[in-house]
Amino acid sequence: MYKYDTYDQAMVDTRVEEFRDQTRRRIAGTLAEENFRPLRLQNGLYLQLHAYMLRVAVPYGTLNSAQMRMLGDIADKYDRGYGHFTTRQNIQYNWIKLEEAPDILADLAKVEMHAIQTSGNCIRNISSDQYAGATADEVIDPRPYAELLRQWSSFHPEFLHLPRKFKIAVIASDTDRAAMRLHDIGLQIVKNEAGGIGAAFYVGGGMGRTPMIAPLINPFVPIDQLITYSEACLRVYNRYGRRDNKYKARIKILVHELGKEEYTRQVEEEFAHLLTQGIEPPLAELERIRAHFADPAFDADASDDLDLGDPDFKLWVDNNTDPHKQPGYIIATASLKPVGGIPGDASADQIRLMADLAEQYSFDELRVTHAQNIVFPHVRKADLYALWQKLDAAGLGTANLDTIGDIIACPGLDYCSLANARSIPVAQKIAERFKARERLEALGELKLKISGCINAGGHHHAGHIGILGVDRKGIENYQLLLGGSEGADTSLGQITGPGFSEDGIVDAVEKATEVYLGRREEGERFLDTYRRIGMAPFKEAIYAPKPSIGEALNG
Amino acid sequence: MKILTANDLRSGAVVWWDGSGWSLHVNDAIDVGDHGAEIGAREFAAQHVVDAQVIDGEATPEGVRPAHIKDRIRALGPTVRLDLSLKPADPQAGNWVI
Repeated sequence: MYKYDTYDQAMVDTRVEEFRDQTRRRIAGTLAEENFRPLRLQNGLYLQLHAYMLRVAVPYGTLNSAQMRMLGDIADKYDRGYGHFTTRQNIQYNWIKLEEAPDILADLAKVEMHAIQTSGNCIRNISSDQYAGATADEVIDPRPYAELLRQWSSFHPEFLHLPRKFKIAVIASDTDRAAMRLHDIGLQIVKNEAGGIGAAFYVGGGMGRTPMIAPLINPFVPIDQLITYSEACLRVYNRYGRRDNKYKARIKILVHELGKEEYTRQVEEEFAHLLTQGIEPPLAELERIRAHFADPAFDADASDDLDLGDPDFKLWVDNNTDPHKQPGYIIATASLKPVGGIPGDASADQIRLMADLAEQYSFDELRVTHAQNIVFPHVRKADLYALWQKLDAAGLGTANLDTIGDIIACPGLDYCSLANARSIPVAQKIAERFKARERLEALGELKLKISGCINAGGHHHAGHIGILGVDRKGIENYQLLLGGSEGADTSLGQITGPGFSEDGIVDAVEKATEVYLGRREEGERFLDTYRRIGMAPFKEAIYAPKPSIGEALNG
Repeated sequence: MKILTANDLRSGAVVWWDGSGWSLHVNDAIDVGDHGAEIGAREFAAQHVVDAQVIDGEATPEGVRPAHIKDRIRALGPTVRLDLSLKPADPQAGNWVI
């Protein structure tokens, strides 16, 4: 894992003291709210529905045990004993006191963490593949490139006041686990025929009120030009992105309005100019960073055997683990989606437990996933049963990864001041409706995502089944979308038709699954069946008129 | 009725104007009539609160009820964590929101 050098630490420490002084002056009344507000937002401190909310950055979703333990301690010391892991691989605390916020940032700085650029119209926390450095299907570990981009984008003076927020994802495998093409810039690290490493640039994707899939604008930018090309992409956006209309200010609108070809032409022109400026960091810096991401000391003799005699353990292994590049090891995911729970929430005790378990079983490493779960990336197969037992005892062992029980949900109207409807109760009702093991197994991979407003914090456009909460004259109403996907086969879900009440949407989801079960062909996931048969059969079933009492009685 | 709500500057807590100060309990909210904006501005200037706003409410036999669901959730707390709400002992408290 990356370790701060003296510059990194000094930057973060300085920012903490700066914010401490700003907060003191705000409370004393010598700094006006209109001046303070952007400063607190630049430090990740929002004012939400019930209190101040602090969003802490988890760069590319990677944490060590000390960091995770600190996140648990902060939940206890400054919040109400829990935190919420987000779809940006970050963590949020919901009950923060303004006067304590600088102390929290100081505690975070002790473990090389911060909340800088987790808000505002700047380059946000860079996300990545939660299996980076562990999976066999990657070209190379993408995290050093994500870290290089993090350093480039942190406090970048030119990009701190962009037209709108800006999100970058970096992956290095064809199996996209980071919703890469739904980012402002999606980077896929690739290898060309000559064996050279480079990055494919996808620019102009995003969700929100105008969802778009990022087009590929350059299939191979040599890795020693990564920052220069990124800078060119941002410069064109910063120069021409709309600032007159918040809803048209994201780069996806610029790319769409200019057209991919014209946007790319402008980027190439800027890129050619920037190449003459020599802004690319020396490769030695990339190598310095890369050294931090060397493989842990795997046991070359680790056994590949796994005793699956315990049926509950077998179910969890089948659902919640993935192959590791190193024989004898496995990638394991702790689900933060117990039936009846709040997707992404973890108590302070659970957070600290996961820190301890990572120390014991996963070379001190954890990953936060954009699906709001926690990954133990390097677990010896011989230790997996012990890990599962401890997770399960703490309510973290639900075997539901990528099933309909593994629901992504934004905080919704229960916490968020932007939301129009609650997300969490809907997620809970759906998880409850489908909790039977047989139902989960029958449905297989089915990604369901819920947002409480059009901003799409719950990625509803990318759900095989998506749900969007809206406000209908003060009443919560839920639209159903089908056919979204965020992986290598990224697609945007389509709205089925009129919306539903809170209970009605659960019934509608059930009807959609019944259509799938009735129409699927061998080996098809829900998404595959939807793509083959289209919307019509689903719509017909979902909106079929209810039988009258007489009809029902007559069978 | 018109009620005045805001967030406490220091704690961020949702507060309601009770006629002489700020209360955590919506039932303490008074009808501010046409004076809400003026009181809100004064309290904001005094560094007591932020985001003061006048909202519609209704006096019901059960107490003051904000007109919009968002404000009812603000008044109660998250419906999915009633243990953290202002009515932790009432398992039906969430029904008040809907």
